[in-house]
Amino acid sequence: MIAVIDYGIGNIGSVLNMFKKIGVKDVCFTGKEEDIKAADKILLPGVGSFDRGMDSLKRSGLIPVLKDFALVDKKPILGICLGMQLLTSRSDEGQSNGLGFINGETLAFSFPKESNLKIPHMGWNEVMVEKENTLIPYGTSSRFYFVHSYYVKCHNDADILATANYGINFTCAFQCDNIFGTQFHPEKSHKFGMQVLKNFSLI
Amino acid sequence: MIRPRLIPILLIQDGGLVKGVNFKKHVYVGDPVNVVKIFNEKEVDEIAILDISCTVENRDPNYELISEITSEAFMPLSYGGGLKSIEQVRKIFHSGVEKVIFNTSAYLNPNLIKETAKEFGSSSTVVSIDVKTSGFFKSTKKVFIQNSRKQIELTPLEYSKMLVDLGAGEIILTSVDHEGLMAGYDNDLIEEITSNLEIPVVANGGAGNMDHFKQALNHGASAVAAGSFFVFQGTHKAVLITYPSYSDFSQII
Repeated sequence: MIAVIDYGIGNIGSVLNMFKKIGVKDVCFTGKEEDIKAADKILLPGVGSFDRGMDSLKRSGLIPVLKDFALVDKKPILGICLGMQLLTSRSDEGQSNGLGFINGETLAFSFPKESNLKIPHMGWNEVMVEKENTLIPYGTSSRFYFVHSYYVKCHNDADILATANYGINFTCAFQCDNIFGTQFHPEKSHKFGMQVLKNFSLI
Repeated sequence: MIRPRLIPILLIQDGGLVKGVNFKKHVYVGDPVNVVKIFNEKEVDEIAILDISCTVENRDPNYELISEITSEAFMPLSYGGGLKSIEQVRKIFHSGVEKVIFNTSAYLNPNLIKETAKEFGSSSTVVSIDVKTSGFFKSTKKVFIQNSRKQIELTPLEYSKMLVDLGAGEIILTSVDHEGLMAGYDNDLIEEITSNLEIPVVANGGAGNMDHFKQALNHGASAVAAGSFFVFQGTHKAVLITYPSYSDFSQII
């Protein structure tokens, strides 16, 4: 079973819709400890600001369960967008500590005015998959939808799963063993996203 | 590098999809759920749904219809129409909508923009600005609210800057004068606004061919939107849902 974490934040309607569309039935939107403990995989969605996300997680009381799941039992967890950023140790966006499941931090985009690059970065990018993996098809071209003003910097190059370019090359997906994150929204990325969620369900 | 988005804007009136000229003379185009399904198959970049009867009729968004639409939409989808409270906004996000669009309420209740940006992030908070020439010689461009019925006392640029300060993360800039005519965007307006804002601006109103998209992008738009272009075909404006292929659109940008 895939537990989509309910911590009062995030646009989960579209994630659930896509799982339904691709025929992944064993999905549960939940904020209950026992459901999460019983799950095979976790999907951590999220929109909004970093501190608000961490506050909501703290208030939900689920952080210890998530820690056990990801770091002790080492079962697959996928963070999407803000969910990915929360897996890092900190963010330029706020004061709170992140979950720190991956060795990395979340930085702010910053471009000179003459670059004409707008923030947030909003739109479709083709991504460069950097290593063979079980989540994103390697060696074929995939494009995904992004909406974000901050991006993740992995401190360990080996964790970089895919990169995209917006003014700079940034990590748009990471993987460290069972810990996955995507900055883009697979649930909003047509067949390319369906493939990613399908792959996650098969890990 | 990023590819500009090409966005169909779909207008809903009384539960059906409609399209007009200069915000008037709306004709029925089709069933919204069905049309979104077709756009979905065409792998459209994004879709914006505007319910143009909510504010006029002073009623709630049609949540049921929106949920039905989002269940068929595997691309980013934004919704606007009749949003006056943060509770309504929450319900809309819960139906699987990616971004909310404010128009009249952004002016009447600026705090709602602030609250939405704070709770859901600026990138999910969009404001749609309708601009129309007015004055004796039709010489000045003014912002209008309430389906372009009521003029406000701020220039498009002053208003845009105010919205950015409130937390809006994107602006849909519509020229009411150009809208529905399929003769090109108001490129001067696009340039004036985009060169003074740091957030993405979506150009809307007037697209009739691929060259129009190119012009708007060259004038600084981050994304281009259209209505008629995607739903009408030929001089008699027969209804036909179209969307350029990924490679066709890539060629012009």
